[in-house]
Amino acid sequence: MDNNKFFFQRYGLAEQDLERYLAAALSAGGDFADLYFEYQYSTSISVDESMVKSATQGISAGCGVRVISGERTGYAYTGELTSERILHAARTAALIASGPSKTPIAGFKPEAMRSLYPATPSVDAEMASKLDLVQRADRAARAYDPRIAQVRVSYADELRHILVVGSDGSMAADVQPLARMNVFCIAKNGADGNSARGSTGGGGRVALDFFLTEKTPEHFATEAARQAIIQLDARPTPAGEMEVVLGPGWPGILLHEAIGHGLEADFNRKGTSAFTGLVGKRVASEKCTVVDNGTLPSRRGSLNVDDEGSPTQNTVLIEKGILKQYLSDKLSSRLMGIPDTGNGRRESFEHIPMPRMTNTYMLAGQDDPADILRSVKYGIFAKNFGGGQVDITNGKFVFSASEAYLIEDGQVTAPLKGCSLIGNGPDVLTRVSMVGNDLALDEGVGTCGKDGQSVPVGVGIPTLKVDRITVGGTK
Amino acid sequence: MLTAERSPKLETDLKQLAHDVVRRAMAGGASAAEAVVHDGSEFSTVVRLGEVETLKEAGSHAMGLRVFFGRRSASTHTSDLSAEGLRQLVEGALALARLTSEDPHAGLAEPELLGSASGDLQLYFDDVYSLPTEERIAWARRAEAAALSADPRIRNSEGGSFDAANNHKVMVNSLGFAGEYKSSYCSLAAVPIAQIEDSPMQRDYWFSVARTLRKLDSPEHVGRVAAERALRRLGARKVKTARVPVIFDPMVARSLLDTISQAVNGDAIYRGASFLAGKLGEKIAGENVTVIDDGIMPGGFGTSPFDDEGVPTQRTTVIERGVLKSYLLNTYTARKLGLKTTGNAARGLAGTPGISSGNFFLQPGTRSPHKILADVRQGLYVTEFLGFGVNLVTGDYSRGASGLWIENGEPAYPVEEITVAGSLRDMFNNISEIGTDLEFRGSTAAPTLRIDGMTVAGE
Repeated sequence: MDNNKFFFQRYGLAEQDLERYLAAALSAGGDFADLYFEYQYSTSISVDESMVKSATQGISAGCGVRVISGERTGYAYTGELTSERILHAARTAALIASGPSKTPIAGFKPEAMRSLYPATPSVDAEMASKLDLVQRADRAARAYDPRIAQVRVSYADELRHILVVGSDGSMAADVQPLARMNVFCIAKNGADGNSARGSTGGGGRVALDFFLTEKTPEHFATEAARQAIIQLDARPTPAGEMEVVLGPGWPGILLHEAIGHGLEADFNRKGTSAFTGLVGKRVASEKCTVVDNGTLPSRRGSLNVDDEGSPTQNTVLIEKGILKQYLSDKLSSRLMGIPDTGNGRRESFEHIPMPRMTNTYMLAGQDDPADILRSVKYGIFAKNFGGGQVDITNGKFVFSASEAYLIEDGQVTAPLKGCSLIGNGPDVLTRVSMVGNDLALDEGVGTCGKDGQSVPVGVGIPTLKVDRITVGGTK
Repeated sequence: MLTAERSPKLETDLKQLAHDVVRRAMAGGASAAEAVVHDGSEFSTVVRLGEVETLKEAGSHAMGLRVFFGRRSASTHTSDLSAEGLRQLVEGALALARLTSEDPHAGLAEPELLGSASGDLQLYFDDVYSLPTEERIAWARRAEAAALSADPRIRNSEGGSFDAANNHKVMVNSLGFAGEYKSSYCSLAAVPIAQIEDSPMQRDYWFSVARTLRKLDSPEHVGRVAAERALRRLGARKVKTARVPVIFDPMVARSLLDTISQAVNGDAIYRGASFLAGKLGEKIAGENVTVIDDGIMPGGFGTSPFDDEGVPTQRTTVIERGVLKSYLLNTYTARKLGLKTTGNAARGLAGTPGISSGNFFLQPGTRSPHKILADVRQGLYVTEFLGFGVNLVTGDYSRGASGLWIENGEPAYPVEEITVAGSLRDMFNNISEIGTDLEFRGSTAAPTLRIDGMTVAGE
């Protein structure tokens, strides 16, 4: 368990200290307490107008103390990892309970560890190598087409050490790398012509090598430039209900917004989700099987353990159209009597964990993607998306297409601009009539926000046909 | 318990720490340096169905450093303010700055522009932390209870909440600027859920936010308004795709002002990443449109004595009677565009300064919101937007919406699962009515607006 030693060595912590802090956390009673230690080191570098305008590095460290008493959660944190400050936080969090003190279980049982991450974290690589990546992307984007007028490329990575110990004797440590490259381009049709944007990015829990061998700077740059150039000729989008084909990969954000959030256990425990009470019921067509899988090696949404120290899992959410289960953390698991699926996540030590997605995707179906497009008389092919949002209570979700085309008589024709899609979570998947055999996960760009907390996630779908959804255009 | 009161000694310590770091960066060979320290505490509690659900209390601090070697720069930040942490902060920045490019426009603000707005800006009130914990919980409970008891159709709740926070910001640079200020914040909110039998649930919220407890609305008022907002959504349906007048309520009109502030952001302007680039002095909106950015409005949520480069904040007329008069600029973008900074530099702890608006608002008009609605024969009153469908480069606008359908000047029924789309260029020119109801619930504000010519997409 080398991972544990980081905090022990750097801050002179010993197991007895952890027991002492947990005892302080349970000094007014409570059912459970845990400590979350975090130390995050990050670097970034960016090229803008072909100049390296920014290079940064930073450190953020601290400890969060949580005390659970029934449905109540007390939380306090400190950015100073000293005994005095941690004990103070523990006593503050303890105030959520009001009873005789409890004693945490003595002795910790460390969680056995697998590793989904590369051995060499990118934060340790030379900044000069990262600089080379962003400069290569800048050159490739500019070389793509003379109409590319602006290029901004950034590379950012981090290494996050965590240690989670609970009053039940649980202990887990992890060292989580994360790296990402982004390219943003603006294309312009001559000096007085119209402009358009294109952006792309990717990465994951990968070593720097990933950007040299698997997804190169040229790959991201060419894709961003291509999108910007295509958008120069985009036309206004039609408005109203129509057939929509979603391309593979990042358009899986549809699942994330329409289904995923509504299946997070906290909303269902409180009865505030449009999916409350639907386990065992049909929520999608038979062709749809959806999973949340935190165990895929190197993926942006993957984790060895979640932020409560529980191992992540591959959880089937919807099987052949039937809702199977919710995504849970420790609190909802205990209060609802359902399995803890290892989805307890938090942005940092300053935040209370809650059920969150990892990598959410639909399994591949049988249909040939070309047949799917051919089957549409008049509709939209949404190939790539920007952001999305959902109201989990009434189920309404929206997302905006960054690259979309008209489909006429089975042929993909004009590129469209200003296209957003709006639908209803509990019934959009019941209208999925074709599922492609081409499942793809996104390239590693997703960041999900909930209650003001951001965490990295992954999404994916094969090519999908939705028979009817409202397209928000102007025509 | 943590207390909000910071002793004067600690303030001096943070400023001294910032001075030390700047001095050490200069001793290490930097030609200029700038340090910023954030120190804050936060409290929040959520009460759900009458019971405390969460109670959170904590404090934290961190420092950011930016160094220059001539026209090269780099930055570092840390939450570790120990001697070792600060050593890494300084050495890291000095090492990184060797990697970056000469940028002719990079550097601190011109020395003669540095300074601080004078007078009492009313940013800090120690009463936000004066309530004992039990009292704070009681406020949250009262807000939720008012929502739950407003109507039997309010059947569930995501809770009532009370939040309080204090921030202390220190800024020091090698040109002799040293400034600091404290700010306080408190808020009260309720999120009820309405439902009739087994029909779909509807959730909405309301809140009050202020720099002092004295200006916070009563918990009962917050809860009651939240309940009304959730109830009026019950039975929402889609409508047929149509081109009709769209009325933006002040909360959604505010999001349109956010879009304007992003479109006049100097960073987007010099890159050509805004459809308003190069439009200075041109008419971009109707004559009835005047937009102000005021960084010195006393007590404002976007108020500060100086921006994040140590330049005094100011009141800037951005759009005057439809004519674009000024962008929002920091030092870098001002130099790029050959203009003068408007004191809108904003930075977190990492990286180069960006730009953010101060108190950014649309001047109110002369008609009451009631009269504006009364004139609409058939149209959409939008009360919520969903999603992010705004493209600043092209001006394309397409967002998910919900609200009320208006017939013959009266709300007819609630609507949802629709989109509202148009182009920002046209929208700014087609604001046909502006209400009298300007009220700040954050740093951006707008009165009720009517915009003609937009497409509502539904069935």
